[in-house]
Amino acid sequence: MAFSAFATGTAREQVPRRKSRVALLLLLPGILYLVLFFLVPLVSLVITSLQAPSAFGDVGSYQTAFNWNNYVVSITQYGDQIVRSFFYAVLATVFALLFSYPLAYFIGVTARPWPLLQNLMLVLVIAPFFISFLLRTLAWKSLLSDESGFVTGLKALSLLAPDAHITGTPVAVVFGLTYNFIPFMTLPLYAALERLDTQYLEAGSDLYARPSTVFRKVTIPLSMPGIVSGVLLTFIPAAGDYVNASREFLGGTGTAMMGNVIESNFLILLNYPAAASLSIILMVVILAIVTAYVRRSGTEDLL
Amino acid sequence: MATAAFAEAGADLELVGVHKRFPGFTAIEDLSLTIPAGSFFALLGPSGCGKTTTLRLVAGLEEATAGRILIGGKDVTDTKPFQRPVNTVFQSYALFPHMSIIENVAFGLRRRRIADATAKAHEALSLVELDHLATRRPSQLSGGQQQRVALARAIVNRPALLLLDEPLGALDLKLRRQMQLELKSIQEEVGLTFLHVTHDQEEAMTMADTVAVMNKGQIEQLGAPEVLYELPRTAFVANFLGQSNLFTGPVADTTADSISVNIAGSKIVVPRARAKRHSGQVTIGVRPEKLSLHLTAPEKTAETNVLGPGRVIDVSFSGVSSQYIVAVPGLGSIIVFAQNMGAGPMAPEGAETWVSWKVEHGFGLEDEASAAPRFTADDDTATIAVQKKRALMSELEEA
Repeated sequence: MAFSAFATGTAREQVPRRKSRVALLLLLPGILYLVLFFLVPLVSLVITSLQAPSAFGDVGSYQTAFNWNNYVVSITQYGDQIVRSFFYAVLATVFALLFSYPLAYFIGVTARPWPLLQNLMLVLVIAPFFISFLLRTLAWKSLLSDESGFVTGLKALSLLAPDAHITGTPVAVVFGLTYNFIPFMTLPLYAALERLDTQYLEAGSDLYARPSTVFRKVTIPLSMPGIVSGVLLTFIPAAGDYVNASREFLGGTGTAMMGNVIESNFLILLNYPAAASLSIILMVVILAIVTAYVRRSGTEDLL
Repeated sequence: MATAAFAEAGADLELVGVHKRFPGFTAIEDLSLTIPAGSFFALLGPSGCGKTTTLRLVAGLEEATAGRILIGGKDVTDTKPFQRPVNTVFQSYALFPHMSIIENVAFGLRRRRIADATAKAHEALSLVELDHLATRRPSQLSGGQQQRVALARAIVNRPALLLLDEPLGALDLKLRRQMQLELKSIQEEVGLTFLHVTHDQEEAMTMADTVAVMNKGQIEQLGAPEVLYELPRTAFVANFLGQSNLFTGPVADTTADSISVNIAGSKIVVPRARAKRHSGQVTIGVRPEKLSLHLTAPEKTAETNVLGPGRVIDVSFSGVSSQYIVAVPGLGSIIVFAQNMGAGPMAPEGAETWVSWKVEHGFGLEDEASAAPRFTADDDTATIAVQKKRALMSELEEA
């Protein structure tokens, strides 16, 4: 299946050791691409993050310097948003995993005798991609707005205080993040579970393990590659997301994440060094968390 | 719970009127079977005969449509696999790929919270001579080693009943012979009840005390290997367990201790005690190695049966013996195994020959004579349709 592309193979392939000019030639476009569109912007980002305001004092004009103080200012000024970003991203990842695992298990294992149902459900998982991410989030904004039937219904049932809102709260932001990244969690999980050999589960129950123990000791470890790639595919973009948390969508004043801060620094305050330093902080923290996570889950092959 | 402690000894297994129906076909039909404690029992049959389904029913991996399963006198029909005092050596071993060998072997012990799980697992690994590989992963082991680990993982739990699902199928011939002997000696050593499923008749005969030949979801014949081989009851058993020459004809004459059957004009005598049917159309058989090949017409005596003349249409030399196929007009082909006593085959291809055998070596089958004594596949659309219809009819009748 095409979706296996999301999963990581456990079999290590033999790497040909022979050096070849042809291979180098074939690699050249890729290397050029990486240099032009990854390395150069990265270096430029690092340089920008260290710039100091220009001597002439124009707003938005900066000169090259080694002003590492930008980082200190960013961290002290935006500490809340940095912590909030990762907190929301962790929550969204956990919720997406809890929602996606049973779904992926159903599609990949339970529905095996009915390939048509499998394919139908996979299409349903991917279907939201056919509509723009922004439109879907806006749709949720109106669905969760104070005037919506959902919110008025909750208020009528006294499940929500009369003056409470859903949009603009952390609940709405985490919900939006979870909703938007569920397919990225479900597909790698599906790809891993689809290849799960049920004979291992039978062997587990034959060896006196209750169904819950079989799940904990056999199913989870065997689907670990899928869990790791799903978590990475969800956590990394969620931590840097600026759509869900922005005030135009599901967020409010108190829900700004790093993405929103970077956006406002870059587009409104024209404080490029602050935006650049925040971007680098985001990148470094994500790298650190991901490295620690991958080490812990025992799938170093991914790095 | 029955699984809380090691089984002191093997338990006997009893299947009572077990049925298993899958959508579209019946895998097992009214199977009743008793396997005494401590025995090595083989279920032998072609693929699709229901032997693996039987094993899975005993393990609890499938639910019986009807019937009871008793282990050591206790009804386990409605219990889950993890509650049964049974362990399985799977055909593809099913060793957990994410665990080391020692963790694999200790898995069952840990689940039952048995003290010293690791020490006991090492002991079991020593039994199969693999303790030095305890820290490896299953993928780092060869097929034969994996097979032995799978065996250790099962017997370490001292199950009352050990189920073996063609565990030697993936091994090469030499390793298979070696493992057969090892399995047999382990069984004698630990005294557990072994239920071994295989399609390899040689394997079943060398290892098991009792062999049950299964066909189309039913047991055709059950007994000690020698008995099954010497006196097959049906054409299926006669052909599945070794080869047989089968002839069908009407009974011409009976005496107190023998019956004579008219086979294409020749009178063939079979001892009455070795024949299951004594009148009407009877199928009689003789094993190819019991036949002698003659280049001149042998004299027919009271102790021998003679058929011929026929023509040798094929000779295949296999070292110790040669297999001859002799075409006898009106009878078809007769297979003869003869030891190569001289240099080269005894009869060249095309030679005119007679075959003879001692009366006491013949056997008479219980089967109704049929045009196709060998089993035919029952998985074509028509058969499935007929089975479905039958199932529906019986359900309607019940309702």
